[in-house]
Amino acid sequence: MADSMYLPGLAMRASHRLDSARFSALVRITHWVTTVSFLGLLVSGFAIFIAHPRLYWGETGGLGTPYVLAFPLPFMKGGPSGWGRSLHFLSAWVCILTGVLYVLSGIFTRHLRTNLLPEKADLTWKSLWRAASNHLHLRRPTEEDSLNYNVLQRLSYLTVIFVFFPLLIWTGFAMSPAIVSILPGTVTLLGGQETARTIHFFVANFVILFFFVHIAMVCLAGFTTRVGAMITGHRTAKEERP
Amino acid sequence: MSAKLSRRKLITTGLAAAAGASGLAVAARIASRYGLIPPDHRGIYGVGETLTYATQRLLTSHYSLAREFSRSDISSVAPVNGEPPEYEPYLRQFAEGFASWRLTIDGLVARPGTFSLEDLKRLPSRSQITHLACEEGWSFIAQWTGVPLFYFLNLVGVLPQAKYVVFFAFDKKFDSLDMFDAWHPQTLLAYSMNGQDLPKRHGAPLRVRVPRQLGFKSKKYLTRITITDTVKNIGSGQGSSSPDKGYSWYGGI
Repeated sequence: MADSMYLPGLAMRASHRLDSARFSALVRITHWVTTVSFLGLLVSGFAIFIAHPRLYWGETGGLGTPYVLAFPLPFMKGGPSGWGRSLHFLSAWVCILTGVLYVLSGIFTRHLRTNLLPEKADLTWKSLWRAASNHLHLRRPTEEDSLNYNVLQRLSYLTVIFVFFPLLIWTGFAMSPAIVSILPGTVTLLGGQETARTIHFFVANFVILFFFVHIAMVCLAGFTTRVGAMITGHRTAKEERP
Repeated sequence: MSAKLSRRKLITTGLAAAAGASGLAVAARIASRYGLIPPDHRGIYGVGETLTYATQRLLTSHYSLAREFSRSDISSVAPVNGEPPEYEPYLRQFAEGFASWRLTIDGLVARPGTFSLEDLKRLPSRSQITHLACEEGWSFIAQWTGVPLFYFLNLVGVLPQAKYVVFFAFDKKFDSLDMFDAWHPQTLLAYSMNGQDLPKRHGAPLRVRVPRQLGFKSKKYLTRITITDTVKNIGSGQGSSSPDKGYSWYGGI
């Protein structure tokens, strides 16, 4: 694959394509606004959690009742959960409004269909295995490869956007006594408010895991190039090539 | 060409900014008119507090009720946060069974006055089994019995300009509710929990119970209720002692 780049004709075509815009302005702006709000949610989520680092199942739970998981952390009372909640909701508002804008524009511009929905041909075990094996062997993707999202990228981005975030919002709503008074189903379908809190915690951890894997993959593919592309919208790869 | 484009861009950006700013100003006036701005709306966190409070005020209604549970759901363990007031007047009154305790009601009411615990217990009561979630994350279910706040407010004759009900406790802390939650049928002045007099740690002799908000809004150890049209002159003017310590005024989350 890399050898073919030495063919003059192909190299010309490739460099032309590398020059074109990779990410639309809306994708870039929503990406970085979401990044900032995600970090706000992460820090504040931890601040809220350490007020009571214990997880329960069902409607109720507290010191002296059975628990699902107890973290060996001190119970940090008075303070962190206060500003934590304020920051959590401020960030959540930014994150949700940005997310709605991203999804609506993604439907309208067909970004979701073109760039994120995996192609049928890629949804075979063989194809998935090849992509997974490339990732597991930490094979650096070629520039050609990285012009498009591969099938694993597509599936993980779709999972974060359409499974993890909606679940976090739902379980978050299920912890709000005011919202539960209008939509009791948010909590009764889950089986209880403490269950909602526990699910919220675990799904948040999946998103954190995604965040670190995402950064690791960006580093592997070339941190400066990829982050540059997400900021300017263009490839800077051409200059780096011999 | 580029000068033209940039001029056009400048004009549209300017117009958009002006429209945005005036739109925000109009929105703020309407929001304030309809009671959608919380007392702790200042600062960067105030943006989030205001969005959450305004949205929930628009979505919830007088008829949206906190879930109520059956007797078998009552938790055997009911944790608390914070210890009862340790100072002499409270301890003395507790020892006397709150015989000389009085609840003072004043402010924007037609008939200010005082009520003993016996007076309150003679008023119509409501019992409800509801979920109490602490802002820290733990929770329990219990039955609370008391005078519905709406009944009490009608009894003392709340004046039409009332905007907040402020609750003062033995420990000099205070908190407040807007009239929306004050008139809600599930907001109680509770003197009993699980069929017993309110235990010391749960706020004896009287606490408010607001099941559509987090536990910290259900103020304990009440001594005085004031009806007011502004909370600006009470404490730091943010509606309760909580915002001073980083906790938001509104706890509907």
